[in-house]
Parts: sequence; C-alpha cells; structure tokens
Amino acid sequence: MQRTNQKGARTAFLCAAALLLIVLLIENLSVFLPAASVPKIFQSTSMLFTVLKKGVVYSLVAVSMNLLNGFAGLFSLGQAGFMLLGAYTYAILTIPVASRDTVYYIYNGSAINFSLPEIFGGGPVGLVLGVLLALILAGCVAALVAWLIGLPVLRLKGDYLAIATLGFGEIIRAVLQWDKLGPVTNGANALKSFPTFSSFNVQNDAGQVSLRLSCFVPFLLSGVCIAIIVMLINSTYGRAFKAIRDDEVAAEAMGINLARHKRMAFCISSFFAGFGGGMFAMYANQAQARTFTTAMTYEILLIVVIGGIGSVSGSCIASFLYVAASEWWLRFLDTETVLKSGFKVPLLRNGFRMVVFSVVIMIVVLFFRKGLMGDKELPDLFRRRRKEGTAK
Amino acid sequence: MIRMEDEKMKKLLAMLLALALVFSLTACGGDTAQTGGDDTQQSGGDTASGGDTASGGDVVRIGVFEPSTGDSGAGGKQEMLGMQYANKETPTVEIGGKTYNVELVYADNGSTPDKAPTAAAELVSKDVSLVLGSYGSGVSMAGGPIFGENDLCAIGVTCTNPGVTAGNDYYFRICFLDDFQAQVLVNFAEEKFSAKKAYLLGELGNEYDQGLISFFEQAFPGEVVKDSFPSNTSDFSTYLNKAVSEKADVIFCPVSIAYSTQIVKAAGSMNLEIPILGSDTLDNNMVLEAAKGSNVSVYVSTFYTEGGSPEFDEGIKAWLNEDSTAMTNNGGNDTIAAVTAMGYDAYYTALEVLKNAGSLDLAEIKAALPSTTYTGVSGSIAFGEQGDAVRDTAYIKAFDSSTDAWTLETVQTVS
Amino acid sequence: MQYALSILLSGISLGGQYALIAIGYTMVYGILRLINFAHGDVFMAAGLMMVYLTSFLGGLLPAGLVIPAGLLLSVALTVILGFVIERAAYKPLRSAPRMSVMISAIGVSYLLQNLATYVTGGLPQMYPEIPGLSKTVTIAGVSTKWVTIITPFLVVALVIALTQLINHTKIGMAMRAAAKDFETAQLMGVKLNAVISVTFVIGSFLAAVGSALYFTNYQSIVPLSGALPGLRAFVAAVFGGIGSIPGAVVGAFLIGISESIIKGSSWSVFSDAFTFALLIIILVVKPTGLFGEKVTDKV
Repeated sequence: MQRTNQKGARTAFLCAAALLLIVLLIENLSVFLPAASVPKIFQSTSMLFTVLKKGVVYSLVAVSMNLLNGFAGLFSLGQAGFMLLGAYTYAILTIPVASRDTVYYIYNGSAINFSLPEIFGGGPVGLVLGVLLALILAGCVAALVAWLIGLPVLRLKGDYLAIATLGFGEIIRAVLQWDKLGPVTNGANALKSFPTFSSFNVQNDAGQVSLRLSCFVPFLLSGVCIAIIVMLINSTYGRAFKAIRDDEVAAEAMGINLARHKRMAFCISSFFAGFGGGMFAMYANQAQARTFTTAMTYEILLIVVIGGIGSVSGSCIASFLYVAASEWWLRFLDTETVLKSGFKVPLLRNGFRMVVFSVVIMIVVLFFRKGLMGDKELPDLFRRRRKEGTAK
Repeated sequence: MIRMEDEKMKKLLAMLLALALVFSLTACGGDTAQTGGDDTQQSGGDTASGGDTASGGDVVRIGVFEPSTGDSGAGGKQEMLGMQYANKETPTVEIGGKTYNVELVYADNGSTPDKAPTAAAELVSKDVSLVLGSYGSGVSMAGGPIFGENDLCAIGVTCTNPGVTAGNDYYFRICFLDDFQAQVLVNFAEEKFSAKKAYLLGELGNEYDQGLISFFEQAFPGEVVKDSFPSNTSDFSTYLNKAVSEKADVIFCPVSIAYSTQIVKAAGSMNLEIPILGSDTLDNNMVLEAAKGSNVSVYVSTFYTEGGSPEFDEGIKAWLNEDSTAMTNNGGNDTIAAVTAMGYDAYYTALEVLKNAGSLDLAEIKAALPSTTYTGVSGSIAFGEQGDAVRDTAYIKAFDSSTDAWTLETVQTVS
Repeated sequence: MQYALSILLSGISLGGQYALIAIGYTMVYGILRLINFAHGDVFMAAGLMMVYLTSFLGGLLPAGLVIPAGLLLSVALTVILGFVIERAAYKPLRSAPRMSVMISAIGVSYLLQNLATYVTGGLPQMYPEIPGLSKTVTIAGVSTKWVTIITPFLVVALVIALTQLINHTKIGMAMRAAAKDFETAQLMGVKLNAVISVTFVIGSFLAAVGSALYFTNYQSIVPLSGALPGLRAFVAAVFGGIGSIPGAVVGAFLIGISESIIKGSSWSVFSDAFTFALLIIILVVKPTGLFGEKVTDKV
C-alpha cells in the first residue's frame, strides 16, 4: 500500500512537471519559431493564453473552495470576499513607489510607501521574491480575516453558514470601497501598475521578448498550491475533514475536535483563495473591489459542481472548460451572423452566449449531479481501467 | 420501477438535449468560421462583401471595445451607432496607396472591469489594427494593459477618467477629461445657480463616479455633502430627500445610465426643485425618456450638441429612421446623443491614423497616432501629452419640459 | 421633521415590498429547507413581463384596459414561472442533498438573469405607470406616490388572507404538516408535491404583486434588479424567524425602515453591509429569529 502511494505520488509529480513543460513550450513557440510557421492558435495574441491564465487562476480558487465544500462539508459562499482581500493585499504591497502618485491620484499618493519587489532590490530577483512574498501575505491576510469571521460564523450549519459567509463577502467589499480608507485601498478606484504575469517575460536588450513565462508562472504557482492542498487532503487532517463532512456526531465521538478542524479548513481554504485572488489581480492587470461580487462566488461554485464536489482534478478540468467555453468557444453566439447564403441565424444576439451557457449548467446540475469526475480523481480512472485489464 | 424508468428517460432526454445543443453549436461554429470576419453586428451590405474575402489582404480591422450589456450598455450602443454610421458612409480607406475595406470587429466588455480583459484579448486575437473605445472609463482601464502588451493602440472615445491614459502609452482619447468636466460643471453651478452647497451622489466603487465627484469637490468653493449608493440600488428617493433636507443648491450625480434614469424618475415624481447636474453619461435618450412629463431640471455637460454639424445630423437621422435595429439601439427615437457624434469622430480619427501610418504595422500606427489631427463634428481633435485630446470646450444641455428634449444651455470653455 | 417623515414613508413602502418577497422565501424554506435564490429573479421577471405585456397589449386592447389586463396576465405568468421552476429545477432533486438543491437555485437565478439580459438587450426597461398608484400625493409637505400609502395596507390584507388560508383550509393544514415534519406528513397521506407547488404558486403570486408595487416606485428594471431586494427580503425572513409569516412581515418592515434610515445618515456607504451584518448577528445570537420555532437537528 505504502509503495503504491509513493509510486502514485511520483507519477503525479512527473505528470505535473510534464504539463508545466508543455505549457512552457507552447507559450514559446512563437518566440523560437518564425512567426509565419506558427499556427494562429499558438501565437502570442491567441485567446488560448488568456484562457489558460484565467483557467489556472480559477483552478486554484475552485480547488480551495472544493477543499471547504467538498472535503470539509462546510458550505461557504465567501470565496469572492477572500479573493478580494488577497487581490488588494497583493496590489497594495507591490505597486512601485514611483507609480503610486498616479494610481492614488485622488488621494494625493498612497499611505503605504514601499513596494516589496523594490525592497528586495528590484530586478528579476526582487520581482520573484517580492511577488512571492506578497502573494503569501495576501493569503495570510485572507486567512486571518477568515479566522476572525470563523469565530462566530462556523457555529452555523448548512445554508445558514452559506448565507452568512455570503454576507461577509459583501461587507468586506463595502469596507474596501469606503472613501475613508482611500489612502490605503484607493477607494473606488482600481489598483494597477503592479507586476503582472507578463512582468515575468524575459526580454532581451532590444526590448523584445526572448522567453515567455507569463503562462508558465501562474501554472507553477497554482500547481504548487494545489499540490499542497492535495497533500493536506491525504494527511490525517484531510481524513478528519472528510469524517466531519460525512458525520459530525460520529467524527466528534471518534475524538476529532470539530471546532478546531472546521476553523482550520476555513482558514486554509481562505488562505488559498487569497493567494488565488492575488493571482487574479495579476491576471486582470488591476484590482478593483466591484469585480469581486457574489456572482464571482457563484461562478466558482458552479465550476466546483461541474467538476464534481470532492474531486480536485475535477475542479481543475472544469475551470479550464468553464473559462474556455464562456470566454472563448461560445463567443460567436453573441454576434449576429449572416451565412453566405444570406440566411440570418436566428437567436444569435448579444447575451445569447450566457443564456446557452446557463442552460448547459442547469443540465449538468440537474442530470449529471456528480459532475465530470464525481468524487474521483484523474488517477482513479486509469487505475480502474488497469484493474479491469488484469481481471481479464 | 416506474420511478426508475422515469429517471432513465430524464437522463436520456438530457443527453439528447445536450447533444442537440452541441451539434447546433458546432454547426454554427463551422459556418461562422467559413464566413470569417463576417461577424459584424449590424453591418450593411458593404462590409459583408468584404468579410467574405477576410483572408485576402485588403481588409483592415478596427476593434470596437464597447459595452452592449450592463449598466452602460445603452451608452455603448449609441457610441457604436456613430461608428457604424461612419463605417457605412466611408467603408474604405487608402493606406499606403492601397484601398482597404474597413471592418468593425466587436467585443462586448459588459460594462464591468472583470469582463473587459477577455473582451480585449478577444480583439487582440482577431488581429485588429486599432481599437476604438470604450464608452466607460473602468473598462478602458481594465482592458488597456492587454492592448499595451500586444502593441495595439486604442483610442478612447468617451472614457473621461484620467487613469485611462496615465501610465499607458498605448491608450489615447478624443474626449475631454474629468477634471475639466468637473470644473465646467462647477463654473456652471456657480454662474447659473450661485450655488453655495452641493450634494454629490455616486455609485459606490465606481471609478468614474467617484473620480468626478472628488474633482468636483476639489473645484467647488462652497460646501459639499457626499454620498455613495451601493450597486443595484433602485431606491433613490431617500438620497434626494436628503439633498432637500441638507438644503443643497445643486445635486451633482455623475452616474451610469441605468442609475441616472432612476434618479431622474425619482426626482420627477417627488417634484424636486433642486437642479440636477449630470456628466456626459446623462446625455442619453433614456434619461430624456425618464424625465418626460415631469418638471425636473436636469443639466448635463457633453461633447456635442445637435446642430453642431447639420450635415451629420441629417445623415444620421435619415439612417436611424431607415434602420429599425439602429433606432432601437438609439432608444427608440432619432435624438442624436453626443456619444454617437464622438463614435463617428473616433472612426474618422482612426482612418486618419491609418492613412498617416501608411501601413498596417502596429509600430507604425503607434508612431503615427500622437501627431494625427482631425476636425470632426464635435470639434478639432489633436493629441496632447499622455495621449489625451486637447479640448477646451464643453456643451451644457438642459432638459426642456415643454418639448421633452435637450436644449443647448451654454457653451463652457475652461482654459 | 419633513425629512424624517420622508425617510419613514420610503422605509415603510420598501418594507412592504420586501415583505411580499420575504413571505415567498419563508414559506419555501419552511417546507423544503431551501433558500430559493431564484426568488428575487422571479420578482424581476414579473416586472419585465409587465413591461413587455403592456407594450404588446397596447396594440390590441383599448387604452383603459391595457394596464389591468397586463397586470393580471403578468401575475398569472409569474405564477406559472414559479410553478415551472419548482417542477423543473427543484423537484428532480427532492432526494438529493440540500446543497444540490441550493446550487440548482443559484443556477436558475443565473439563467433568469442571463435570459433577462438577452431579452432586454442589456438596456434598462421602464415600468409602465399604473394609474392611481403612480399619482403623487402630498402628506405634511412630503410628496410621495400613492403606492407608498397603499403598500402597507395591501400587505396587511394579503397576509391576513394568507394566514386564513394556512390556518383554515385543508391545503393550509397540509402545508403546516409538511413544514413540521416532511416525512411524517408524507406518511400521513399528504400529497407533498401538490403542497410544494401551491407554496411556490403563492410565493410567486406575492412576488408578482410586490414587483408591481416596487417597480411603480422605482421604475427602471435591469436584469439585476431582483438580486438586492431578494437578498434583503431573505434577511428579513431570517430576522423574523424563518418559516413564520408574521415574522417575515415584521422583519421586512424593520429592514426596510432601517435601510432607509441608514441611507439617510452619513453612513449610507454601508447600507448593504448593515443588512448583512444584521443577518450575521441574528444568526449567531438568535438563529430562530424573532418569531421562529426552535428546530432541533435530528441525529
């Protein structure tokens, strides 16, 4: 048993490494090869990379939500609020000092006058260390707030917990938009000019990109975070979470400290939501409180459901599918189309994309309740096939 | 047993539904792929022919980065009308001695900064040479870095917040800025109403609203009372009553169209006597519609007023009356919104830029942009430092309750 | 004084409108233990239907009949919508975990909002003026619409009718039985599906009436118009004690008035946050609300 686990871990690690390599390769096709020979989809302007970046950020957030909803059985709808905290923490800590006057133009400069990448000496080293530290701090702030919120709220059950966390998300948003906190949060205005994924692209002396890392970096960050979550799920803590999910009373009888474990799951999930929020800010090139609405929480919840509640790999796959479908593949539904024959395709009009999309979601929710993966993981599928093979 | 059958049937039905959906989608997808760039919204026959030869070299694509849904959907649609009309009027451009068909490529940024980056990326992936838009400032700021990263220049049409062009070398704009606009309205409030106290109302967390409000606050010598309402608010009577009880001389509400219609409606039904000052967003037919039949006094600062160019007015009115979709998008009547004129000017400015660049190379276009000048229906356009338009004139329009239309109140100049 | 009166008036009328939505929440939750997230959107849809029905009927009927006919039809269609949503999206999940049903409700809400965006083209729609209700009236120097005055009375009348229905009819008894103990009621021969359908029909009916009152006051309808009133009404239902109809009404009026007061104060930025803070405080301190019965979780 021990050995198979080790073997499984090694395989998973190798697969993840291979995936990272593939991303790196695809991303750099247009750098290494002459532009004309690269298919359009792999050129740097392609939607593919936008979708990959957003998808991988959503994967992390969805997995963090799944940790709470799927593994610990705590139905929380505060994810957008924690992402918001993370995004703001990240942005406030990394905006270059020189840009602060332009960003905080209404408040005549920021109250916080340092920037982590610059503290670490700027340059590539400063960038990597500063961004990493800022992201970790973003997670910590979210976790800290989660701990505070958790004190009263985690006593609630089921849908009461859901609605209370949803309320907290809204409260956090209102506080961050408050005018009086403007010198720190920039009030209603977006925080911008901070390092984004594209800042990691390596440029040569002529200012041209010689190595693209803007997709690789989020994959690496999300990958490491998700790996940590998976390890946690497979640890004794993870088993305790599952026990609480399946039967609280029985779990307590077995000596599991309910309050402590719930709080822990809540804080860890929020940490990664905050981390993901920071990454979302990097993806969106800006952080603005009004983007982190309840609708965003619902979006992530639907991703978790589509992927299968209780399946990490399901959440990841569903994130990419969801983002790609809503932002890329279905976009043509939004534009009126006249076919060559002069036939005007009915119904196609602005907004139709989202209607079709929500119908698809309803079908999944109603008829494929287990989602893509149920509570299984990707390796489980292969394992079963192998077993079937040996049985024959 | 029956239950089981029932379940099975349902699953089957769902599968069939999903399959049908996928099939229809792929079918449509295939067709659109064939017609290539034909995905323009209300393109006339002219561009359709151009679209068929999308792979050919004689098409230049201009991205339209505008909201057609969301809070600012109505404004975005009116702005697009200007571009569509201009495109209908002048569907070709000569670049470097070669005639190109101009094709407008649309991406809906949904009026929210969270949908803007993907809409921007969509335009980038469709190989546009230049981007026009957006109507609002928040989305422009969210999409700006995406354009910048891909060396694509964007010309803002009516995004008035200073943050749009600040720190982004690739964003230009043809409209005035919010500090200017706020100054204009402050001057107007003082001259016309000798206002000593102003009530400022904006949406919580909206960059455009809050930016204008703080500029107004800075410029206004008298006393101000500031208020913010949360998104999706629809009860504005409390806020207006507050303005009354505070004895404000003017109410300044630079809010998006969806809210301004509600504010104007509420003001009308409570017979509010305090004049409402609005920013460029309020210059919209929906607001006129809301004010209809009431005695509310609304004043808006704006970019263009009907009669500024009789030839343009006449042409676009004829087009609006002919094209029912365009008419609906304009709010059901043929009153010309200032943003439509701005969209029209933006299109011609873009053509001018392309002519000056002499090629479709993005670097050449960027180099040609700062020095491009154009005299449009809304006045002369030149780009100053940071890529902002050099403008010193704003029109102030008033709602006339006897005709239910805008009348020109005054032309304000601030040097 | 005038100002205080105007705030009170707008608070009362808001409260009345929230009350009509809150009853739908509280009844559904009482029986199904489901937060019907789509309820606020049904409310919005009722408003939109009225807009489209009046413009459609305008060409068919004499001018005086358009509004009444539109009102009747929109109420009828809203009731059908509520019924269909229950049958299509909640009934198939009857045996599923509660979380799945809630997710389904979120999905329906998402669908309704997107559908509304598609149909309206993203443009705000103007609710037609209802003669009588839209007229302005001046009370002690504060001008307001008739609807503000009528709302509380209408709400009280409807609630009395509803309590009569629940306390003195057979279906009302079945509803009470189902709310008390779902499974036992089923064993006793209560046709649960019928009971649940009736609950949704009543909820949607009240939401439709509420939407007529609400949108007469605040005329422009956007796809998200239902979200905020919906959430506030839900908070009101929790505040009053979920499952209790008088509780929902009292809670709604309290929420409406306090919202108005906060908007009128210098803390207006937090008017939404306040509602949610109130919700959390109630949930933590007294989860059963003002009038709710204590529910013991069975092991």
